[in-house]
Amino acid sequence: MPEHRPRRSDVDPRAAKRAERQVGFLFLISALASVLFIVAYFAIPKDELVRVPPFGETSAANLALGLAMGIALFAIGAAAIHWAKKLMPDVEIVAQRHEEGSPQEARDAALSEYERGVEESGFKRRPFIAGSMIAALAMAGLPAIVLLRDLGPAPGNKMDYTMWREGTRILIAETKQPIRVADMTIGTLISAVPEGIDVVIEEEKTLDALAKAPVILVRLDPEDIKSQQGTDWDVEGILCFSKICTHVGCPINLYEQQTHHLLCPCHQSTFDLADSAEVIFGPAARNLPQLAITVDADGYLVAQGDFAVPVGPSFWERG
Amino acid sequence: MTTSRVEAAGGKGYTWVDDRVPASSFLKKNLNKVFPDHWSFMLGEIALYSFIILLLTGTFLSLWFKPSMVEVIYDGSYLPLNGVAMSEAYATTLDISFDVQGGLLMRQIHHWAALFFVGAISVHLLRVFFTGAFRKPREINWVIGVGLLTLALLEGFAGYSLPDDLLSGTGLRIAEGIMLSIPLVGTWLSFLVFGGEFPGNDFIPRLFTVHVLLVPGIILALITVHLMLVWYQKHTQFPGPGRTERNVVGFPLFPVYTAKAGGFFFIVFGVTALMSGLFQINPIWVYGPYVPDQVTAGSQPDWYIGWLEGGLRLMPNWEIPFFGNTISLNILFPALILPGIIFTLMALYPWIEQWATGDRRYHHLLDRPRNAPTRTALGAMALTFYTMLWIEGGNDIIASVFSLNVNAVTWFFRIAIFVVPPLVYLAAKRIALGLQRRDRDKLLHGYESGVVKRLPSGEYYEVHKPISRDEQSVIESRKEHLRPLPMPDKTDAHGVRTPHYRIKALRARLSNFYYSDDIQAPTPAEIEAAQHHEAHEMAELDHEIDDSRDKALAPRGTTEH
Repeated sequence: MPEHRPRRSDVDPRAAKRAERQVGFLFLISALASVLFIVAYFAIPKDELVRVPPFGETSAANLALGLAMGIALFAIGAAAIHWAKKLMPDVEIVAQRHEEGSPQEARDAALSEYERGVEESGFKRRPFIAGSMIAALAMAGLPAIVLLRDLGPAPGNKMDYTMWREGTRILIAETKQPIRVADMTIGTLISAVPEGIDVVIEEEKTLDALAKAPVILVRLDPEDIKSQQGTDWDVEGILCFSKICTHVGCPINLYEQQTHHLLCPCHQSTFDLADSAEVIFGPAARNLPQLAITVDADGYLVAQGDFAVPVGPSFWERG
Repeated sequence: MTTSRVEAAGGKGYTWVDDRVPASSFLKKNLNKVFPDHWSFMLGEIALYSFIILLLTGTFLSLWFKPSMVEVIYDGSYLPLNGVAMSEAYATTLDISFDVQGGLLMRQIHHWAALFFVGAISVHLLRVFFTGAFRKPREINWVIGVGLLTLALLEGFAGYSLPDDLLSGTGLRIAEGIMLSIPLVGTWLSFLVFGGEFPGNDFIPRLFTVHVLLVPGIILALITVHLMLVWYQKHTQFPGPGRTERNVVGFPLFPVYTAKAGGFFFIVFGVTALMSGLFQINPIWVYGPYVPDQVTAGSQPDWYIGWLEGGLRLMPNWEIPFFGNTISLNILFPALILPGIIFTLMALYPWIEQWATGDRRYHHLLDRPRNAPTRTALGAMALTFYTMLWIEGGNDIIASVFSLNVNAVTWFFRIAIFVVPPLVYLAAKRIALGLQRRDRDKLLHGYESGVVKRLPSGEYYEVHKPISRDEQSVIESRKEHLRPLPMPDKTDAHGVRTPHYRIKALRARLSNFYYSDDIQAPTPAEIEAAQHHEAHEMAELDHEIDDSRDKALAPRGTTEH
């Protein structure tokens, strides 16, 4: 063992007294900070803001309560550790380890006891009981699994369609206004939803429809369009694609006008809108499904029908 | 000790308990239980204390939080969102942040503590790995630790998702996409979990039960077993003077360790509270409520999900048609298969190393990482792999901060993830072996004192001095490594094929992989011979210098040799 060097507080009573005062002082700081916490709790209005240089504008109550509580707790810790380091013995002591594992005689004795129990129960002599017991225990677990069946409905073909129908108007997502061809100049990209989405959300009391139906409308120079997913699916260069990424379902929103590339902010899958929304980079495997659109009698953009393929991430049954 | 003395000290209450439960028998044995001291042993403590902080603050939050996806119109103190439709979960999170005094502080402490919890577990795991603390007899605790890390990741993600804000909702959408990628059952699983299509109305309440009851219950049970095993098996210790495989050197539980560990709890809690007062975290009011058709650019999960995110970003877009069905390898592999492989290998590592090296001895003295160069290098390699995935998880941030092409960043990591970890393996192993050599030199020839002397012939040499007893005991603690297992013969003397030849050969190769490069520690005889030789040589050189000085100082003509 290394030689023990006495600390200042071991040999000098004045140093020990000083350490004692420091520890006590830290405990008192803690108690004071707790009082301040209670004062701040009642004194500072919840909505008061305070400007603290590097952090900017912040909630005054949060700052005061955090500091008071932090100091109250930290000071207790500091006091206890200071006490241990300065005034409690700093001589390391040695303890012996016990033997790992059981000694042989214990193992033998345990085995004998176990064998006695097996013998007395007749578990081995009466295989019918053993077999049927194992079967019963195994079966008893199954109802627990079956009970979970009603967690949700069968998928059916719900994944295959959205709420777009023939003639459904395309509304600007923000304002819920219908769109005319003239509203879109070349290069414009708009997030859009089907008309009636609010009604569906209201009726279903879920956002499910909004998780599948959102689209983006983009107007390209017809010259620039290399391909699309069907003939006459555009209106004068206005294309409509599902907004839901085919990778893991994030809504896509980063558009690069010059290259017609649409980038998913989650995992950077990149789709070329001028070329059937083909994947040109990133982890997505499939094009963004295109929605065939046309113009209704009032001159507003409408869907020709639902998407031809399921929108969103791939799934087993999708094929 | 008479009963009256105990009664005087502990009061009637204590004797009442002690009459029924033998508290004194326990205290007698354990109040002076020895715990070794080292800063790295506090990492696990931070994890434990963070968990306690999480339980306390989490209970507070649950008094106001309503885990409900029912739509409400917000009407509270945060004016920018007044009149906005949102789920009750999001609205009550706003209430906690703005209308409950101290609520924001508790939310922020809860979030910071969650980050520290996973962080402390991770670094604690690295410490245990690199010092070989997982070796026999502590394999069970290693597996429990890996289980705790997995649960901590799950628990963190669940809590992060509960407020139903735009950022966490996007995370849930990704989780749904991952579920859908599971072959055969994925779609069903997603419909069961979400109670129908995403997002449905059932998920947040279900997640709440998982987050506040199921997972923390399991974590609490596992932590209890983890600590009981540490208590029973006694803590490992670093090598040093007086420390052997058979003893524990340190401070007694009472009072020193109680004061230090108990005090440290308050330090951790205090620091977390201070950070939560000063640094804003997860300001959900900035993100807005979750709406499935919206997203913010630069979305980032909490730090511990970053490596999974990186895997998703890194993976090429491989999707495989399978008899009319779809296997989305682009999602399935990075999100489920790879983490499955990593956690399985991690959990099995103690047995892998034991089998490969044939080392089945008990170990209570920790390895210095240099003394297990192959393990150290494997760990460094795995850590590099993880770190590269983690950095790729922020490829868009990197691209925008450094004005790089995001595709180029991704391509860099697609290649680097295969190239860099093996290079780190080689470098770490060389460094470890170099340190082994230096240890060997120090034992044999002492340390370089920095004193340079010159011989009359003009030659320079540096004076080597023997290292201290303390340092020597640390270096000498290195246990004798088992030699690599010999390659088995294909056939025996009679030409009969060796049974299980392939397995035996694999094992010999692995054992070689672990041990063949080791620098052998010098034997005591070698040390003594070398030290004797060193002393003798120094004395001779000094003598030579003295001689020539005498010659130089002596009056001319009188010196004769």
